[in-house]
Parts: sequence; structure tokens; C-alpha cells
Amino acid sequence: MTDPATIAAHGLTAAEYERIVAILGRHPNLLELGIFSVMWSEHCSYKSSRIHLRNLPTAGARVLQGPGENAGVLDIGDGLAAVFKIESHNHPSFIEPYQGAATGVGGIIRDIFTMGARPIALLDSLRFGSPESPATRRLVDGVVAGIAGYGNSIGIPTVGGEVAFDETYAGNPLVNVFCLGIAPVEGVIRGRAEGTGNAVYYVGASTGRDGIHGATMASAEFDDASAEKRPNVQVGDPFLEKLLLEACLEVLRTGALVGLQDMGAAGLTCSSCEMGARGGAGIDIDVARVPQRESGMTPYEIMLSESQERMLFIVRRGREAEVDRVFAKWDLHAVRIGEVTGDGLLRVRDGGRTVAEIPNRPLADEAPLYDRPYREPADLAARQTLDPSALAPSGSPSEVFLRLVGSPGIASKRWIYRQYDHMVRTNTIAPAGAGAGVVRVKGTRRALAFSVDGNGRYCWLDPYRGAMLAVAESARNVACAGGRPIGATNCLNFGNPERPEIMWQFARAVAGIGDACRALDIPVTGGNVSLYNETDGQAILPTPVLGVVGIIEDAGRVVGRTFREAGAAIVLLGAPGGTIGGSEYLKVMHGVVRGVPPALDLGAERRLQQLAADLAAAGRLRSAHDCSEGGLAVALAECAFESGGIGLDVRVPGGTQAGGATAALHGEAASQIVVSVRETDADAVLARAASTGVPAQVLGRTGGERLRFRLDGAPVVDVALAEAERRWASGLSRYFEAPAA
Amino acid sequence: MRFAVVVFPGSNCDHDAQYALSSALGQEAELVWHKARDLGGADAVVLPGGFSYGDYLRCGAIARFSPIMTRVREFAAAGGPVIGICNGFQVLLEAGLLPGGMRRNRDLKFICEHVHLRVEATDTPFTRQAAAGQVLRMPIAHGEGNYYADPETLRTLADDRRIVFRYAAPDGSLDERWNVNGSTAAIAGICNRERNVVGLMPHPERACEAAVGSTDGRVVFESAVAALAACAPVAEVT
Repeated sequence: MTDPATIAAHGLTAAEYERIVAILGRHPNLLELGIFSVMWSEHCSYKSSRIHLRNLPTAGARVLQGPGENAGVLDIGDGLAAVFKIESHNHPSFIEPYQGAATGVGGIIRDIFTMGARPIALLDSLRFGSPESPATRRLVDGVVAGIAGYGNSIGIPTVGGEVAFDETYAGNPLVNVFCLGIAPVEGVIRGRAEGTGNAVYYVGASTGRDGIHGATMASAEFDDASAEKRPNVQVGDPFLEKLLLEACLEVLRTGALVGLQDMGAAGLTCSSCEMGARGGAGIDIDVARVPQRESGMTPYEIMLSESQERMLFIVRRGREAEVDRVFAKWDLHAVRIGEVTGDGLLRVRDGGRTVAEIPNRPLADEAPLYDRPYREPADLAARQTLDPSALAPSGSPSEVFLRLVGSPGIASKRWIYRQYDHMVRTNTIAPAGAGAGVVRVKGTRRALAFSVDGNGRYCWLDPYRGAMLAVAESARNVACAGGRPIGATNCLNFGNPERPEIMWQFARAVAGIGDACRALDIPVTGGNVSLYNETDGQAILPTPVLGVVGIIEDAGRVVGRTFREAGAAIVLLGAPGGTIGGSEYLKVMHGVVRGVPPALDLGAERRLQQLAADLAAAGRLRSAHDCSEGGLAVALAECAFESGGIGLDVRVPGGTQAGGATAALHGEAASQIVVSVRETDADAVLARAASTGVPAQVLGRTGGERLRFRLDGAPVVDVALAEAERRWASGLSRYFEAPAA
Repeated sequence: MRFAVVVFPGSNCDHDAQYALSSALGQEAELVWHKARDLGGADAVVLPGGFSYGDYLRCGAIARFSPIMTRVREFAAAGGPVIGICNGFQVLLEAGLLPGGMRRNRDLKFICEHVHLRVEATDTPFTRQAAAGQVLRMPIAHGEGNYYADPETLRTLADDRRIVFRYAAPDGSLDERWNVNGSTAAIAGICNRERNVVGLMPHPERACEAAVGSTDGRVVFESAVAALAACAPVAEVT
């Protein structure tokens, strides 16, 4: 019998404890309790979210592996597979930003090469509090340096991402990392333990006391005592992981492995029991054989450590020498710690003594499943109410425009991505800072495009629609580069699911992702759920982040964001108009998050994306960029920035009536893409749009040294490109760079 | 021509160098493990970029003790062309094959971006196809590329025309504003007294195809091919 205080300290409820007793047919010992507590933590078991995640579409012609493995796998042709996933490392990054972010990168990379793929691209989706705050600047500095420190060293380019700022993330930043790798289709391997008598190998770094109960920490809210949890954060070693990566890919080529899995959250416990459960096998391991970097570690500590850069292998019987040889070459540990059994039990020994014995399947697959109560927030109608006439005047349209392009959420992210090696592996096609990251696939004519997107404000105002908009935007960014979306992964960042309003946000957002992915025919191959993103009862904005992967058949036809030459026709694809509900304008100029986010017609969105990809494939597009935060005017300005000084002169659809100019310039809308095309191609592009049912109109021309937007015939915003670009270029970096001496 | 691309534990531009040499330039390029006993009969040696041994100590400080470095020293001493790129340059400095040292970048941040280099010396095996004063656009990606040489060393480098590349403006003019990492005399690359060992921080292997943004790095490798062809024994040529 375990005392209630110990049960509670392990984050388990009394009912969950009863369930453990029923599974074991006896009371657990402390080690077994620890094992159950991590496996049944929210982080590992998805106990609050599984019931909703079931409704996501996961099947598709290209899907080789859906959710439930270390990563999703898509067939990209030429006998190759794309292996990808997104994961959060929010809680550790708040406690220790550099190591938290670094180990987040290390963890997701391991998930990819664990499947037999060579990782070729990273993207990050980051959220912080206001950059005005020194605390935020410390976090941004640490997180960016941590991502750079790990990714640059291991030699995987960070080719894209997004960052946004909102006060609700001040005490709970989000660090979501996406990784994609390439493997031969027949080289994809899974995390399964099979074949009685096959060897269980421990490889990689030694086990220390770092990160014990990290998964449990990631399943609780923060409070003032959270800083004391620093020892729970692991420390990354990118050099060791680089060796592990190369050694794993080398050993996989021998065919000596049955399966392998990363020791991530819940370390040795999770990897052994999940592999056993997937293969319907038992695992018998001896913790005394585990390489340890500290003396006197107990079985409890060894089983629950989250030391980084470790993996578990299942090696075919009789082929151990091949594994030993490769790991000796790379000077890495590869130690046989046990074997696969036929009894379905996770049996842990400490030398001769059995210290835990738990059936694998119930441990991994019969975690509690909660259909937590959910309730629409009582103030939802109030949030969605917006009276534009009640807003204070915010200056001339030109002043508003300059404020917006220089605001941290819109401004250039160069200060961040300049610290990331975004070119190593020599595949990166799209220049950094474009909407989507694009890498070519060597040995083929193809390229892959990816984007990670989410908008917490939209989701706070309407989680269903906000999540759909995130799917649409991520896929649209891929389409702008010329890609056709083929799969998605999601990272669902929310507050405490035990609060019905939070659970409602979650349920509605997942429903939105499901409906949007079904309509756009984008299967979800996996992802990650991060709950309890709260500090002192303040939840983050609900932030589902979508990572969409697209394929570009001809890597020579990739389209970029920036204008290429003066005199090109600027065309708006999609229905004109926008709303300031939930917009960046409203937040930046009025400090308000209110209203109804933009409407989304998924059929129109799909037609638009197909048109963009078709036009790109036909070589008709000189540039393409989607309209998002800041509306049409900001989207167009972003095409002029970094173009080498190519301005624009355009007519903005809409009128100057009350509030009309603001909505026309900075209202946000789904399903809009601005493209530039050769003057001689303009008619053909309009005709193509008309034939596919996509509204399209010529707005004006590229060229000149000004950004000139006309409304009802008269210039309403008319600023020097150089001045706007200066504001945009320094809008984020000014918070981080020391003032000139 | 046959290039040996040395792979230290933690090298991460080894595949890129091999790919550039073989796919983009049509040369033979073999990866040579740092524990290998020989260079496999290579005509030229590339020490690639990366984070050898994690660079947890000074960059390149441990790699210089790798077994293969004995062979690299012998190869260099015999006049064989050796190029160290980024971490490879750092290794050459630590190994004493080139003078000077590296500090962290002036702004203490890792920097990855395209820069412009002015070719200062064309009488090395890696620049002989370039024009004096030619401006090359290629990426840098490093945290510790702030080259330092004491005044005496600097004078020697200048007197012997051993400064091979300098960070410059797109038009080739020199201005501290374009000295991206704060290097002494805006030095991006140097050579040894015999001129056959060259080290540079920028990445020519990332600038060999238009698809990835620049072809200006090709001249570095094409120069080596030309240099080797020029000194190849007649019997082998015919």
C-alpha cells in the first residue's frame, strides 16, 4: 500500500492508483509507481486529448505511417519517404531557455533519425511575452541561442519558422520544433520490439540524474516554485547526438536492427515499454548494465532519467557484432542490457534482483482516458463583440502602416534566423525569412516546402475557426512557394485541461483542424500535445501550431516572396476585403484582442492553393506571398522588402468610408495571395484564375522607390520604401541589439 | 582529380564538400575517416566545416590530435594542396599549419549569411583561376570566425602577400562596416609561406550551384583542379 502523499507527489489520482492496483493485481512498489506515473502523465499518455485526436484525418495515398510512431512518414516518390514531426519543449524552455530549447531540438531530431531518416530541415514556432520586457528578452536570447547551439552544431539547417509575441506567453513561452528527414522507403524502421531472444541494446550517452520526472513536470502548471525545478531540465550535447545520428544511420544500413526508439520523455521507461507494447512482446532489462555517469543511482532514477542523446535498439539475435563494430568506430556506448521476451512484461532487474514487473500493453495503451468536461467561456460573446467606432483614432494611414511594419510580430526576423545555420547540407532554396522553408531533395528533381503557423488570437476568439485558419495559412504558405500540401503535423499548446473553458478551446480547435485537413485533403500524421501551459493561473492563448509539408515537382520552379523586377503586374488572387477582428492592427494600435476572426471558405481556399501551385509549376509567378498579419498592405510591403529596392504602386480594393481604409489596408482575410507576374503574363493568369473559380484582379505595378497604396483613386499610404524597410528591418532587432556606442 | 574530404567526429560540411566536388564539379571526392592511416592517394585535401569534437574547447583544438592530421601535415609539407574551410581553417590554425587564432564574432553571435570576399592573392592553388581583386559572394556560418593575428604576424602575412581573402563590400571596397565578424584586417582567409595550404571561414562548397544561391565558390575548387593539372606528370596526362 502506497501512502496518498506519495501517490499525489507522482501526479496520480486515487482513481488512477486503483487502476494500477487492478492491472498488477497488487500494490506497486515505488519504482513501479514511478514508471506508471510517467507513462500515464499527460505528456506521454495524452489522457485528456486522445478522445479528441481520434477525429483527425490520418489516411492518405502518400501516408506510409500515421500517428503512433516516433514520427509520421509520407511517400514523396523516387522511392523516398519524408519523415517529420513537430514537438514542444515549452516548460523546460521557460525554466532554462538555452538548454530547454536546445534539448527540444535534440529530441525532435532523434525522433526523425530513429525512423531511419537523415534529418535535413528544422523549423521553429516560438511564442514569447512582450519584447518590451527584459524577462522576455532574456528568454528570446536564450531560446534562440539554444536552437542555434544545437542545430548549428549537429549540422541540420533551420530553414524557417515563425515567432509571435503576446503578454499571455510571458510566463509560459512556446518552443515548438519541427524536423523533417529523408529515408529510402524500404529503409524506414519502426519502434517495435519483436522476436523473443533478440537483444535489447542501450546506446549513446550515459545516464545521469538529469530530467528525472521531466514528463511529469511538463504535465503541471507553473507557479513561483517552478524555478526550483531547474534540475529537471536536461542538458544537451549536440556533438554526441551528431555521432549517434551517424552511427544509427550506419548501423541501420546493416539490417541488424529490428526496431529502435529514442529515449525522450520518460527515458528508458517509455522507450522500453512502448516498443514492447507495439510489438506485443515483453522486455527484460537489467539497469545495473546501463552506463551511468553518477555513482549510487537507484533503479528508480535510472528508469526515470531523461538524460539526452540515448536510444534503445532491438538487435537481431546473432548480429550484435555488427552493432558493436559501428558503435566502436564512433566511440559510443552500445551495451546489451537485456532481451526481448514472449511474456509481454516489462521486467526490470537490478543485477540479480527483479525490481519491477509490469505488463507492457496496459502500461502503454491502457492509460486513463478522460473525456474532460468542457464549456464555452461565459465571456465569449463579449470577446467577439467589436465596435470599431469606439476605437481611438490611431494616426494617419501612413503612420499606422509604418507602425505596423515595425511591430515585432511583423518586423523582419533576421536577428533570429541569422543566428541559425540555414544553409548547411546545401539544399536550402528559399532564402531565409520567406513564408515557407524550401529544400531540394538531392538525387531527384523535387523540392519540399514546409511552413509552421498558428494564430493564438484567432483561436482565443474562436478556437474552431482559428485552428482552421492555421491549417489554411500553413498550407497556403506552402502553395505560395509552389508546393502541393501532402501532409501535416500539429503541436497543440493549451492551458490546463482540467478547466472546462480550456478543454472547450482544445476540443473546438481539434475539430477545426480535422475539418480543415479533411477539406484540404491533408492527412495529419502525428504531432504533440502540450497542456498545462499556465503560470499562476494565467493560461496562454490557445495555440495550435500546424506544420504542413508540400511537394514541388520541379525544384527549378520554386517561387519566393520578394519582387524580382520593376514593371511586373501585381495581382491579388482570392476575394478582396478583410476584417480587423482579432487582427494584428487591433493588437498593435489599440492593444485590443476582440472581434470575430476572418471567415474561411475551405472550398475557395483549396481552389486558391491549387491555382497558386499550378501557376508556379507553369513558371508564371515571379513572386508570391500570402496575406496574413497586417493585411494586404503589409503583405505587399513584405514583397518589396529585401527585393533590392523595388517599390510598388497599387490600388487597394475597398472604399474610404468610415473605417474602410483601415479594413482595406490592414484588415485580415483568409484565402488571399498576392503575386507578381510578367506584364505579358497578366491576362493569362487572370484567365486561369477565372477558369478555376478564383477571384483575381490586377492591383498595380512593381517599381519606383515608394510604397504607394491608392484608395478610391487617391494615395492613402505613400511612404519611401527605404524608410518602411528600415522600420521593418529594425523592428525586432532593436530590442536585442545593444545601442550603437 | 581526387580530393580527400577528412571527416572528424562532429564535421558537418563533409557531405556538402563531397557533393560540391563530385556532383557540381565532376571531380572524385572521397570521405576519409579521421582514424584512417592514409589519405587514399588524394591529390588535394579538404578539411571541412563543422564542430569537430563539439568544439567545446577552442574550435579545432582537439581535432589537431586526430590520427589523420599526421598524414595531412606530411601531405602539406610535400607541397600538396590543402584547404581548410570554416572549422577546417580553425583546425589548421590549431595545428600550426597556419598562423593566428580565432575569437568569437564581434557581436558574440553565430552569423549565417552571404558575404562578399575580395580575392587578395591569386598565386595559391585555390585562387589561381580567380582575378586579383575579384569579388566572390558566398555564405559564412560561424560563431568563432573573428580572426586574430598579432602585429608581427600580421606584418609578415601582409609582406608575404599571404592574405588570400578579405571581407569586402559588394563592389570590392574595404570598409570596417563590411568586416562581418570583426577579423583583424578584415581577413577571411590566408595561406602558409609555401602557399599550398589555404584556410578560410566562408563556405565555397555552399556556393557551387545557382540553385542554392551562388556559384562564386566554384573558382576555389576549379583553381585546385587547374593547379593539379598544371603540375601533373606528363606521363599521366597523355
